[in-house]
Amino acid sequence: MNDDADSALTRERGLSLLRDMLRVRCFEDRCVQLYGELKIRGFLHLCNGEEAVAVGAMRSLGEDDAIVSTYREHGHALARGLPMNAVMAEMYGKQTGSSRGRGGSMHIFDISKRFYGGNAIVGGGLPVSIGLALAQKLQRQSTITACFFGDGAVAEGEFHESLNLAALWSLPVLFLCENNLYAMGTALARAESEIDIAAKARGYRIDAAAIDGMDVLAVQTAVRAAADRIRHGGGPVFLEMRTYRFRAHSMFDAQLYRDKTETEAWQKKGPIITLTTRLKAANLMKEEDYQRLEREARAEVEAAVAFAERSDWEPVSNLERYVYAEPAQ
Amino acid sequence: MNAEAAASGGTVTNRVTYREAAREAIRAALRADPRVFLMGEDVGRYGGCYAVTKGLLDEFGPERIRDTPLSESAFVGAGIGAALGGMRPIVEIMTVNFSLLALDQILNNAATLCHMSGGQMNVPLVIRMATGAGRQLAAQHSHSLEGWYAHIPGLRIVAPATIDDARWMLSAALACPDPVLLFEHIFLYNLEGPLAAEIGGIDIDRAAVRRPGRDVVLITYGGSLHKCLTAAEHLAAQGVEAEVLDLRTLRPLDDQTIMDSVRRTHRVVVVDEGWRSGSLAAEITTRIVEQAFYELDAPVCRVCTAEVPVPYPQHLEEAALPNPSRILAAVRQVLAHGESP
Repeated sequence: MNDDADSALTRERGLSLLRDMLRVRCFEDRCVQLYGELKIRGFLHLCNGEEAVAVGAMRSLGEDDAIVSTYREHGHALARGLPMNAVMAEMYGKQTGSSRGRGGSMHIFDISKRFYGGNAIVGGGLPVSIGLALAQKLQRQSTITACFFGDGAVAEGEFHESLNLAALWSLPVLFLCENNLYAMGTALARAESEIDIAAKARGYRIDAAAIDGMDVLAVQTAVRAAADRIRHGGGPVFLEMRTYRFRAHSMFDAQLYRDKTETEAWQKKGPIITLTTRLKAANLMKEEDYQRLEREARAEVEAAVAFAERSDWEPVSNLERYVYAEPAQ
Repeated sequence: MNAEAAASGGTVTNRVTYREAAREAIRAALRADPRVFLMGEDVGRYGGCYAVTKGLLDEFGPERIRDTPLSESAFVGAGIGAALGGMRPIVEIMTVNFSLLALDQILNNAATLCHMSGGQMNVPLVIRMATGAGRQLAAQHSHSLEGWYAHIPGLRIVAPATIDDARWMLSAALACPDPVLLFEHIFLYNLEGPLAAEIGGIDIDRAAVRRPGRDVVLITYGGSLHKCLTAAEHLAAQGVEAEVLDLRTLRPLDDQTIMDSVRRTHRVVVVDEGWRSGSLAAEITTRIVEQAFYELDAPVCRVCTAEVPVPYPQHLEEAALPNPSRILAAVRQVLAHGESP
C-alpha cells in the first residue's frame, strides 16, 4: 500500500504511477507481437487503455488484502507486484510461470500476493470474493477483498447474488467494475435496461460511485477512501470505473461493433497520455523522463521474454499433477 | 481402520437415525474446529429441509450456522472463497437438483482452481446435498447426479450409505484438502441402526463389503445399498450367496476392492440410481472389463433408472427406479448365463 493517495501530485508520485502503467502497456504491446509469432497461444485479452484502473487500485490496497480478478488481468497481476518474469513465462505456458504454465493468459495466480486469479467465466469470481471476504470477517481480520469484473458481468446472475450477499452480511469487499462499455462486442446499452451500473449496486443498499477510470489519481484516491471505509467495518463499497479498451476484445476480434472515431476519441483521454501531459504542464516531468521510463519498461519486458524463452516446459510426466492438493514438500 | 473393519468393530452405543448421525457429524466438526461453519438454505431457523441441522443454530449461533438466500451460485462460490481464505466451510445445497444452479462454481472454480494455479490454491470445501428419487416429487426433484459429478477431475465424491458413514465420513471429508461433494440419499435419513461410538481415522477412498458372498456381487452405493441388501436376503433364502459391495466413494473409485469382489464371485450386477447411459454403472462395468475380463463367468448386468425424467405417479416412479425385484431379475440373468439348459 502506498500512502500518497491523498497527497498532492508530486514528481515522485506521478513518475511512479506512470512507470507502473508503462510497464503494463509495454508488456502487453510485446505480448501482441509474441502472439503473432505463435509464442503465446489461446485467448489473449489486453487491458490496453485500462491501465489506470489496475495501477491506481493496487496502490491503494494492502499486501494482505485479497484480490480476485478476471481473464483481462495482466495489468492487475503486474500492478499487484507479481514478478514480470513469472507472468511472461505463464503467457508462454512455461514451468516457471506464475501458475506453472497451467493457466496461461487468463489464469494468473500468486498465493504469496493473495492474487486469486484470473477467472475466465464472466462473473465467476464474484462469489469467490464473497467467500474470501466472509473468511476475513469471520477471522476478525482488518483486511479486505477487492473484486475486479467488467460491465459484462453485470448481466450475470452471479453479480446480483453476490452483491446481495455482500450487503446482507456486511462483508469487507470492494467491487471494482471496469466498465469499458462493451461486453465483448455488445454495447452496454444493448445488454442492460439500466446502464447506470452504480445505481444497480445502490439497489442492494451498497454505497456506490462512478469514477473516471482513465485518471489514475482519481482511481487511487477513490479506492483508498473506499478501502478505508470497508476496513473500518463500513460494509461493501462499489466503484464503477469508467474506462475504455483501446484494442480488440481478444486477438480474434475485427471490432465491427464500434466506430473508429469512438476509439480515437477515447485514446485522447488515455491514462498514460493524460498523466504525462499533466505532469509536464506542472513542470514535474520532462520528455526525457518519459523516454527513460519507457526504455526501462521495455528493458524489463525484454528480460522477461528472455526468461520465458529459456525456461523449461513442464515435463509431460507431470501432466496429472496439481489436480488434487499435494502434500507439502 | 477401513470401513469394513469399522462396521464390525467399534463400541456400539445406541440406535440412531441416519439423520441424527449426520447431525452429530456436523456438531462434532463445529466443536472440534473453529474454522468450520455451515451455510445453506434453511439450515438455521428452519432446521434444514430434511431436519439434519435442527437445533444447531441454538447451539452454535448465526455466525456458524448461516442461513443463505436462494443463491446457490453465490453461496457455493462463497464456500470456495472462504476455503481459500482459511476456513473449513460445510455448504449444504438443499438437494442435488438445485446444485445445477451452482454448477459453474463447482466445476469452473472448486474443481479447477488447484490445477489452474499450478497447485497453489487448493479448496478444502465440503458440499453436502440430498439426492435421489422415490417420494413422488416428479422430474425436477428426483435427480441422481452424483455420477455426473464423479466425472470431474479435481472433485472427490462420497456417498455415505450407512449410519456409521453418515457419522464419520464428514470429518474425513473436512480433513481432505480438496473439494468433497457428499451425497445423502433422501431415503436414508430415516434409516435407523446402531452407531459405533468411535471409529478412528475413517477413510474416504475405500469401498466396503457390506455382506460377503461367493456366487455374485452386487456393486452399489448410497440409497441403492439397502435395496441390494434386501435382494441379497431373498437370494440367501434361495441358496444364492450374494456379496454386496458399497462403493462409498464414487471418485476416486476403489478399483482394487471392486476387482477383488469380481475375482471372488465371477458374476456382477451393478446397481445405480443414475440413468443408464453414461452412468457410473457404465464406468464401473468398463473398468471390470478392462481389468478383470477373464474373471467373468457372465456379462456384467446393470440395474439403473429408466431413461426417462422421473415421473410423478407412484407406479411409474417405482417402475423407473432400481428396486429389489429388478435386482433379483438381473441376478437370475447373470447366474443363468453359461448354465446348461
